[in-house]
Amino acid sequence: MPHANPTFDGYGLGLRREHYRDFLDNDVPVDFVEVISENFMVDGGQPLDILRRVRERHPVILHGVSMSIGSADGLRVDYLKRLRKLADTIEPLFVSDHLSWSRFAHFNSHDLLPLPYTEETLAVVCRNIDMAQEALGRAMLFENPSSYVSFAASTMAEWEFIAEMSRRTGCGLLLDVNNIHVSAQNHGWDAQAYLHGIPADRVRQIHLAGHTQGEDLLIDTHDQPVNDEVWSLYAAATAMFGPVATMIERDDAIPPLPELLAELTIARSLRDGHAAVKEAA
Amino acid sequence: MLAEMQRDFSDWLVRAGDDDGLRRGLVATRGLAAYQNNYRTQLVNVLRASYPQLKLAMGDEAFLQLAIHYIDRQPPSSWTLDAYGADLPDSLQALYPHNPDLQELAWIEWTLSEVFVAADAAALSPTDLDGVDWETAKLRLSPGLRHRAATTNAMAIWSALQDETPVPEAEMLEAPAGLVAWRQGFISRLRQVDAIEHAALLSLQEDGHFGALCDALAERLGEEPGIARAGQLLAEWIGSGIVVGVSH
Repeated sequence: MPHANPTFDGYGLGLRREHYRDFLDNDVPVDFVEVISENFMVDGGQPLDILRRVRERHPVILHGVSMSIGSADGLRVDYLKRLRKLADTIEPLFVSDHLSWSRFAHFNSHDLLPLPYTEETLAVVCRNIDMAQEALGRAMLFENPSSYVSFAASTMAEWEFIAEMSRRTGCGLLLDVNNIHVSAQNHGWDAQAYLHGIPADRVRQIHLAGHTQGEDLLIDTHDQPVNDEVWSLYAAATAMFGPVATMIERDDAIPPLPELLAELTIARSLRDGHAAVKEAA
Repeated sequence: MLAEMQRDFSDWLVRAGDDDGLRRGLVATRGLAAYQNNYRTQLVNVLRASYPQLKLAMGDEAFLQLAIHYIDRQPPSSWTLDAYGADLPDSLQALYPHNPDLQELAWIEWTLSEVFVAADAAALSPTDLDGVDWETAKLRLSPGLRHRAATTNAMAIWSALQDETPVPEAEMLEAPAGLVAWRQGFISRLRQVDAIEHAALLSLQEDGHFGALCDALAERLGEEPGIARAGQLLAEWIGSGIVVGVSH
């Protein structure tokens, strides 16, 4: 079993190009930053230098979008080698990716595509996680996806799949509360049942993000502030999972940094509020 | 089963055709369109981000048609989306076979993005040059250095678009030239060079020896002017970070 994921209590933000200057020049009040791994899996240049300099001030989480852990034909060794090189340089707090697939054979969709939750998929995903964790020399976190279709072949709920995946591989969990809300709305799942089905001791990080109402479905756009329903679900999640690394994930329509810091303050107050209630009881 | 689903899903994303086969395996199918839309929108957006000046030069509609042509023929395969636009010049060639200016403009944009994240190299310091025997010295070029022949005023067009100044009409250059891109520190550089400098860089990339470069320039320009030009080029290349190492 690769080195287990540490626990970490704190609040962070995604480090995006629009805020590089803020993070280099100021003491931004966050406990960690998260970056998209692939943006820094390069040979050199300014972005990598900026990441190294930010790393001197803050713990960094490497969050990938292209591992394609659900690919039936396995993982790409060249990808794992590049990610390992970056991880060795940055010494991240966590290395994470998504429970989804993007690539099959030579085609890479660059989208986080859904998986049927079957024993066959579980075997494939666990084999791939074992390979990734071995290649990286450390345990990873995997994030629950948002999805717009589900498969007739599925024999278990998403949360049951995730719990078993984590049990078999030792991987930690990155719980995206917005994704739970989006998928629950799109598929008619019970979001509370979802939370209750997640093994609390495996959760190491929480993502909070915004979404968009499409014609028929909620779309996971990450271009909006966190909405009230997701905040409510987060309040329930934090009561169950306790202090874990929590962050606002904004990938598009990036606002000025103070707006994101204000959202982090809401996250803090919701968790502190819960802790106060628990203490009073 | 999983492999078959992934193969069918991939084919459906690429071909955007009949989704009956996929639908049979799904509980709810109304979300399929979201995946098709995400796939195509993302690829168009990444091409726009990779080629902003080409898009300006062509106009939005013509660029969109170019992107559609490319997306239909070139499904992404790399692990990084940043690599997706590498072969866009193939579609430019197919749709605009008589516009070398567009080819060269695309080369400039793509190459500068590659140079931006190329391997780092420390600049030469004056002490690195102490006691160098230039007869036998071997020059090391910047790891990000890229070059190609230039036949049009694409660099002038690119510069005007970049600086938001009046854009010149596309025209052929009076004499063959070269385009050279590299990175100096973290700054990406682009220069149009004459055919002699371009040939000199080519020979240096192949051989590396400054002595061989002197011989080639002496043969082309005559002994004295050739040696003088080699010395001038060397000083410029070291000063601008094109040459980053000298071994002797």
